[in-house]
Amino acid sequence: MTTAPTRQARVSLLHRYANPAAFGRLSARILPWSTAIAVLLLGAGLYFALFDSPPDYQQGNTVRIMYLHVPAAIMSELVYGAMAAAAAAGFIWKHALADLFVKAAAPLGAAFTLICLVTGSLWGRPMWGAWWVWDARLTSELVLFFLYLGYIALVDAFDDPERGLKAGAILVLVGVVDLPIIKFSVDWWNTLHQPSSLMSLSGPKIHGSMLLPLFLMIGGFVAFFLTVVLLRLESELLARRIRAWRSAAGDAS
Amino acid sequence: MSNFTTFFAMGGYGAYIWPAYGLTAFAFVGMLVWTLAALRARRREEKALAAVTRPRREARR
Repeated sequence: MTTAPTRQARVSLLHRYANPAAFGRLSARILPWSTAIAVLLLGAGLYFALFDSPPDYQQGNTVRIMYLHVPAAIMSELVYGAMAAAAAAGFIWKHALADLFVKAAAPLGAAFTLICLVTGSLWGRPMWGAWWVWDARLTSELVLFFLYLGYIALVDAFDDPERGLKAGAILVLVGVVDLPIIKFSVDWWNTLHQPSSLMSLSGPKIHGSMLLPLFLMIGGFVAFFLTVVLLRLESELLARRIRAWRSAAGDAS
Repeated sequence: MSNFTTFFAMGGYGAYIWPAYGLTAFAFVGMLVWTLAALRARRREEKALAAVTRPRREARR
Protein backbone atom coordinates (compact mmCIF):
# COMPACT_ATOMS: atom_id res chain seq x y z
CA MET A 1 0.00 0.00 0.00
CA THR A 2 1.45 3.33 -0.99
CA THR A 3 1.51 6.01 1.65
CA ALA A 4 1.39 9.75 1.26
CA PRO A 5 4.68 11.57 1.91
CA THR A 6 5.27 11.73 5.64
CA ARG A 7 4.53 14.94 7.49
CA GLN A 8 8.21 15.42 8.17
CA ALA A 9 9.12 15.33 4.50
CA ARG A 10 6.63 18.08 3.73
CA VAL A 11 7.87 20.52 6.41
CA SER A 12 9.15 23.51 4.51
CA LEU A 13 12.51 25.11 5.03
CA LEU A 14 10.96 28.12 6.69
CA HIS A 15 8.99 26.11 9.16
CA ARG A 16 12.02 24.11 10.16
CA TYR A 17 13.51 27.24 11.70
CA ALA A 18 10.40 27.81 13.73
CA ASN A 19 11.92 25.19 15.99
CA PRO A 20 14.00 27.18 18.48
CA ALA A 21 16.83 24.68 18.57
CA ALA A 22 17.12 24.77 14.80
CA PHE A 23 17.00 28.56 14.88
CA GLY A 24 19.81 28.62 17.43
CA ARG A 25 21.98 26.61 15.06
CA LEU A 26 21.14 28.85 12.11
CA SER A 27 21.86 32.05 13.99
CA ALA A 28 25.12 30.58 15.34
CA ARG A 29 26.25 30.19 11.75
CA ILE A 30 25.15 33.64 10.60
CA LEU A 31 26.25 35.72 13.59
CA PRO A 32 30.03 35.58 13.14
CA TRP A 33 29.64 36.74 9.56
CA SER A 34 27.13 39.49 10.19
CA THR A 35 29.23 40.75 13.11
CA ALA A 36 32.41 40.82 11.05
CA ILE A 37 30.65 42.52 8.14
CA ALA A 38 29.10 45.08 10.47
CA VAL A 39 32.44 45.93 12.06
CA LEU A 40 34.18 46.21 8.69
CA LEU A 41 31.50 48.29 6.99
CA LEU A 42 30.95 50.61 9.94
CA GLY A 43 34.69 51.00 10.46
CA ALA A 44 35.35 51.78 6.81
CA GLY A 45 32.25 53.94 6.63
CA LEU A 46 33.29 56.03 9.63
CA TYR A 47 36.79 56.44 8.27
CA PHE A 48 35.54 57.78 4.95
CA ALA A 49 32.72 59.76 6.53
CA LEU A 50 34.95 61.64 8.95
CA PHE A 51 38.40 61.66 7.38
CA ASP A 52 38.43 60.78 3.71
CA SER A 53 35.52 62.60 2.11
CA PRO A 54 35.19 66.22 1.06
CA PRO A 55 33.04 68.87 2.69
CA ASP A 56 30.07 69.94 0.60
CA TYR A 57 30.51 73.19 -1.31
CA GLN A 58 27.21 74.46 0.08
CA GLN A 59 26.84 72.67 3.40
CA GLY A 60 30.44 72.40 4.43
CA ASN A 61 31.22 69.71 6.96
CA THR A 62 27.61 69.35 8.09
CA VAL A 63 27.20 67.01 5.14
CA ARG A 64 28.99 64.46 7.31
CA ILE A 65 25.81 64.19 9.35
CA MET A 66 24.19 62.77 6.22
CA TYR A 67 26.30 59.63 6.68
CA LEU A 68 24.36 58.94 9.88
CA HIS A 69 21.03 60.52 9.09
CA VAL A 70 20.28 58.82 5.75
CA PRO A 71 21.24 55.28 6.82
CA ALA A 72 19.21 55.72 10.01
CA ALA A 73 16.22 56.96 8.01
CA ILE A 74 16.48 54.04 5.62
CA MET A 75 16.70 51.60 8.53
CA SER A 76 13.77 53.17 10.36
CA GLU A 77 11.56 52.33 7.38
CA LEU A 78 13.22 49.05 6.42
CA VAL A 79 12.86 47.64 9.91
CA TYR A 80 9.21 48.66 10.14
CA GLY A 81 8.58 47.13 6.72
CA ALA A 82 10.19 43.90 7.86
CA MET A 83 8.11 43.97 11.03
CA ALA A 84 4.93 44.44 8.99
CA ALA A 85 5.88 41.57 6.67
CA ALA A 86 6.57 39.36 9.67
CA ALA A 87 3.31 40.39 11.34
CA ALA A 88 1.42 39.47 8.17
CA ALA A 89 3.31 36.17 7.94
CA GLY A 90 2.38 35.46 11.54
CA PHE A 91 -1.30 35.85 10.73
CA ILE A 92 -1.22 34.05 7.39
CA TRP A 93 1.13 31.13 8.12
CA LYS A 94 1.10 31.13 11.93
CA HIS A 95 4.89 30.90 11.87
CA ALA A 96 6.20 30.56 15.42
CA LEU A 97 9.09 32.99 14.94
CA ALA A 98 7.20 35.69 13.05
CA ASP A 99 5.65 37.53 15.99
CA LEU A 100 8.84 37.16 18.01
CA PHE A 101 10.79 38.79 15.19
CA VAL A 102 8.46 41.78 15.35
CA LYS A 103 9.08 42.09 19.08
CA ALA A 104 12.83 41.64 18.66
CA ALA A 105 13.11 44.24 15.91
CA ALA A 106 10.95 46.97 17.45
CA PRO A 107 13.46 48.57 19.87
CA LEU A 108 16.08 48.61 17.12
CA GLY A 109 13.70 50.31 14.71
CA ALA A 110 12.83 52.83 17.40
CA ALA A 111 16.52 53.54 17.97
CA PHE A 112 17.14 54.09 14.26
CA THR A 113 14.13 56.41 14.05
CA LEU A 114 15.38 58.39 17.04
CA ILE A 115 18.86 58.66 15.50
CA CYS A 116 17.25 59.87 12.27
CA LEU A 117 15.22 62.53 14.08
CA VAL A 118 18.07 63.75 16.31
CA THR A 119 20.74 63.84 13.60
CA GLY A 120 18.18 65.50 11.37
CA SER A 121 17.72 68.26 13.95
CA LEU A 122 21.47 68.63 14.37
CA TRP A 123 21.75 69.00 10.62
CA GLY A 124 18.72 71.22 10.27
CA ARG A 125 19.74 73.77 12.87
CA PRO A 126 22.88 75.00 11.07
CA MET A 127 21.46 74.52 7.57
CA TRP A 128 17.84 75.57 7.87
CA GLY A 129 18.06 77.62 11.04
CA ALA A 130 15.50 75.39 12.73
CA TRP A 131 15.77 72.40 15.08
CA TRP A 132 12.33 71.28 13.97
CA VAL A 133 9.59 72.11 11.53
CA TRP A 134 6.22 70.46 11.22
CA ASP A 135 6.71 69.60 7.58
CA ALA A 136 5.29 66.40 6.13
CA ARG A 137 8.41 64.28 6.23
CA LEU A 138 9.56 65.19 9.73
CA THR A 139 6.06 64.84 11.10
CA SER A 140 5.42 61.46 9.50
CA GLU A 141 8.82 60.20 10.72
CA LEU A 142 7.89 61.33 14.22
CA VAL A 143 4.64 59.38 13.86
CA LEU A 144 6.74 56.34 12.95
CA PHE A 145 8.69 56.80 16.18
CA PHE A 146 5.42 56.85 18.12
CA LEU A 147 4.28 53.71 16.30
CA TYR A 148 7.40 51.89 17.48
CA LEU A 149 6.95 53.09 21.05
CA GLY A 150 3.24 52.26 20.90
CA TYR A 151 3.99 48.73 19.74
CA ILE A 152 6.52 48.16 22.53
CA ALA A 153 4.14 49.51 25.17
CA LEU A 154 1.16 47.57 23.83
CA VAL A 155 2.90 44.20 23.78
CA ASP A 156 4.20 44.80 27.26
CA ALA A 157 0.75 45.69 28.59
CA PHE A 158 -0.69 42.20 28.23
CA ASP A 159 -0.41 39.56 30.94
CA ASP A 160 -0.60 36.83 28.32
CA PRO A 161 2.47 37.36 26.11
CA GLU A 162 0.98 35.59 23.10
CA ARG A 163 -2.07 37.87 23.09
CA GLY A 164 0.22 40.85 23.45
CA LEU A 165 2.15 39.76 20.38
CA LYS A 166 -1.06 39.39 18.38
CA ALA A 167 -2.33 42.81 19.41
CA GLY A 168 1.05 44.31 18.56
CA ALA A 169 1.04 42.64 15.17
CA ILE A 170 -2.29 44.29 14.37
CA LEU A 171 -0.92 47.69 15.39
CA VAL A 172 2.11 47.22 13.15
CA LEU A 173 -0.08 46.34 10.16
CA VAL A 174 -2.41 49.29 10.74
CA GLY A 175 0.55 51.66 11.02
CA VAL A 176 2.22 50.51 7.82
CA VAL A 177 0.31 53.22 5.93
CA ASP A 178 2.84 55.67 7.40
CA LEU A 179 5.66 54.24 5.29
CA PRO A 180 4.48 55.44 1.86
CA ILE A 181 3.49 58.74 3.49
CA ILE A 182 7.05 59.24 4.69
CA LYS A 183 8.51 58.12 1.39
CA PHE A 184 6.34 60.32 -0.84
CA SER A 185 5.82 63.22 1.54
CA VAL A 186 8.50 65.27 -0.19
CA ASP A 187 6.73 64.76 -3.52
CA TRP A 188 3.13 65.18 -2.36
CA TRP A 189 3.59 68.25 -0.18
CA ASN A 190 5.62 71.42 -0.10
CA THR A 191 8.29 70.41 2.39
CA LEU A 192 11.34 72.03 3.88
CA HIS A 193 13.01 68.63 3.84
CA GLN A 194 14.69 68.22 0.51
CA PRO A 195 13.22 65.94 -2.14
CA SER A 196 14.82 62.69 -3.15
CA SER A 197 18.39 63.64 -3.94
CA LEU A 198 20.25 60.36 -4.03
CA MET A 199 19.09 58.49 -7.07
CA SER A 200 17.36 59.47 -10.26
CA LEU A 201 16.63 57.66 -13.50
CA SER A 202 19.83 59.03 -15.01
CA GLY A 203 21.98 57.77 -12.13
CA PRO A 204 23.15 58.96 -8.72
CA LYS A 205 22.88 62.64 -8.01
CA ILE A 206 25.70 62.94 -5.53
CA HIS A 207 29.42 62.60 -6.12
CA GLY A 208 31.16 59.26 -5.78
CA SER A 209 33.37 60.51 -2.97
CA MET A 210 30.24 60.99 -0.90
CA LEU A 211 28.39 57.98 -2.25
CA LEU A 212 31.10 55.67 -0.90
CA PRO A 213 30.84 56.49 2.82
CA LEU A 214 27.07 56.66 2.44
CA PHE A 215 26.79 53.15 1.03
CA LEU A 216 29.33 51.79 3.52
CA MET A 217 27.32 53.22 6.39
CA ILE A 218 24.02 51.93 4.99
CA GLY A 219 25.56 48.47 4.68
CA GLY A 220 27.01 48.73 8.16
CA PHE A 221 23.67 49.73 9.65
CA VAL A 222 21.97 46.80 7.93
CA ALA A 223 24.60 44.33 9.15
CA PHE A 224 24.41 45.75 12.66
CA PHE A 225 20.64 45.38 12.67
CA LEU A 226 20.86 41.80 11.41
CA THR A 227 23.38 40.89 14.12
CA VAL A 228 21.48 42.44 16.99
CA VAL A 229 18.03 41.27 15.86
CA LEU A 230 19.28 37.68 15.70
CA LEU A 231 20.56 38.01 19.26
CA ARG A 232 17.28 39.55 20.37
CA LEU A 233 15.28 36.80 18.64
CA GLU A 234 17.34 34.15 20.45
CA SER A 235 16.63 36.02 23.65
CA GLU A 236 12.88 36.08 22.99
CA LEU A 237 12.85 32.37 22.19
CA LEU A 238 14.67 31.71 25.45
CA ALA A 239 12.19 33.84 27.36
CA ARG A 240 9.36 31.82 25.88
CA ARG A 241 11.05 28.58 26.92
CA ILE A 242 11.64 29.92 30.42
CA ARG A 243 7.93 30.72 30.71
CA ALA A 244 7.15 27.18 29.56
CA TRP A 245 9.58 25.72 32.09
CA ARG A 246 8.04 27.84 34.82
CA SER A 247 4.47 26.82 34.07
CA ALA A 248 5.53 23.17 33.77
CA ALA A 249 7.31 23.43 37.12
CA GLY A 250 4.24 25.15 38.54
CA ASP A 251 1.96 22.32 37.36
CA ALA A 252 4.29 19.68 38.74
CA SER A 253 4.45 21.06 42.27
CA MET B 1 48.22 69.66 17.29
CA SER B 2 46.61 72.43 15.28
CA ASN B 3 45.70 69.81 12.70
CA PHE B 4 43.62 68.01 15.27
CA THR B 5 42.03 71.25 16.45
CA THR B 6 41.15 72.12 12.88
CA PHE B 7 39.71 68.67 12.33
CA PHE B 8 37.74 68.78 15.56
CA ALA B 9 36.33 72.22 14.73
CA MET B 10 34.88 70.85 11.47
CA GLY B 11 34.79 74.30 9.89
CA GLY B 12 32.73 75.69 12.75
CA TYR B 13 30.12 72.94 12.70
CA GLY B 14 31.75 70.73 15.31
CA ALA B 15 29.06 71.51 17.85
CA TYR B 16 26.52 69.77 15.59
CA ILE B 17 28.60 67.02 14.04
CA TRP B 18 30.20 65.52 17.13
CA PRO B 19 27.00 65.21 19.19
CA ALA B 20 25.42 63.53 16.15
CA TYR B 21 28.19 60.93 15.98
CA GLY B 22 28.37 60.62 19.75
CA LEU B 23 24.65 59.99 20.21
CA THR B 24 24.60 57.50 17.36
CA ALA B 25 27.54 55.60 18.83
CA PHE B 26 25.86 55.66 22.24
CA ALA B 27 22.64 54.25 20.76
CA PHE B 28 24.48 51.47 18.92
CA VAL B 29 26.58 50.46 21.92
CA GLY B 30 23.56 50.74 24.18
CA MET B 31 21.46 48.45 21.99
CA LEU B 32 24.24 45.90 21.83
CA VAL B 33 25.01 45.93 25.54
CA TRP B 34 21.33 45.79 26.53
CA THR B 35 20.71 42.87 24.17
CA LEU B 36 23.74 40.90 25.33
CA ALA B 37 22.98 41.48 29.00
CA ALA B 38 19.40 40.24 28.64
CA LEU B 39 20.53 37.24 26.59
CA ARG B 40 23.15 36.30 29.15
CA ALA B 41 20.67 36.63 32.02
CA ARG B 42 18.09 34.48 30.25
CA ARG B 43 20.65 31.80 29.41
CA ARG B 44 21.62 31.63 33.09
CA GLU B 45 17.99 31.43 34.11
CA GLU B 46 17.23 28.66 31.67
CA LYS B 47 20.19 26.66 32.92
CA ALA B 48 19.05 27.12 36.50
CA LEU B 49 15.50 26.07 35.70
CA ALA B 50 16.64 23.02 33.75
CA ALA B 51 18.80 21.98 36.70
CA VAL B 52 15.86 22.27 39.09
CA THR B 53 13.18 20.54 37.02
CA ARG B 54 15.26 17.61 35.88
CA PRO B 55 15.95 16.21 39.40
CA ARG B 56 12.29 16.78 40.25
CA ARG B 57 11.31 14.69 37.24
CA GLU B 58 13.71 11.95 38.36
CA ALA B 59 12.17 12.00 41.84
CA ARG B 60 8.67 11.55 40.44
CA ARG B 61 9.58 8.37 38.54
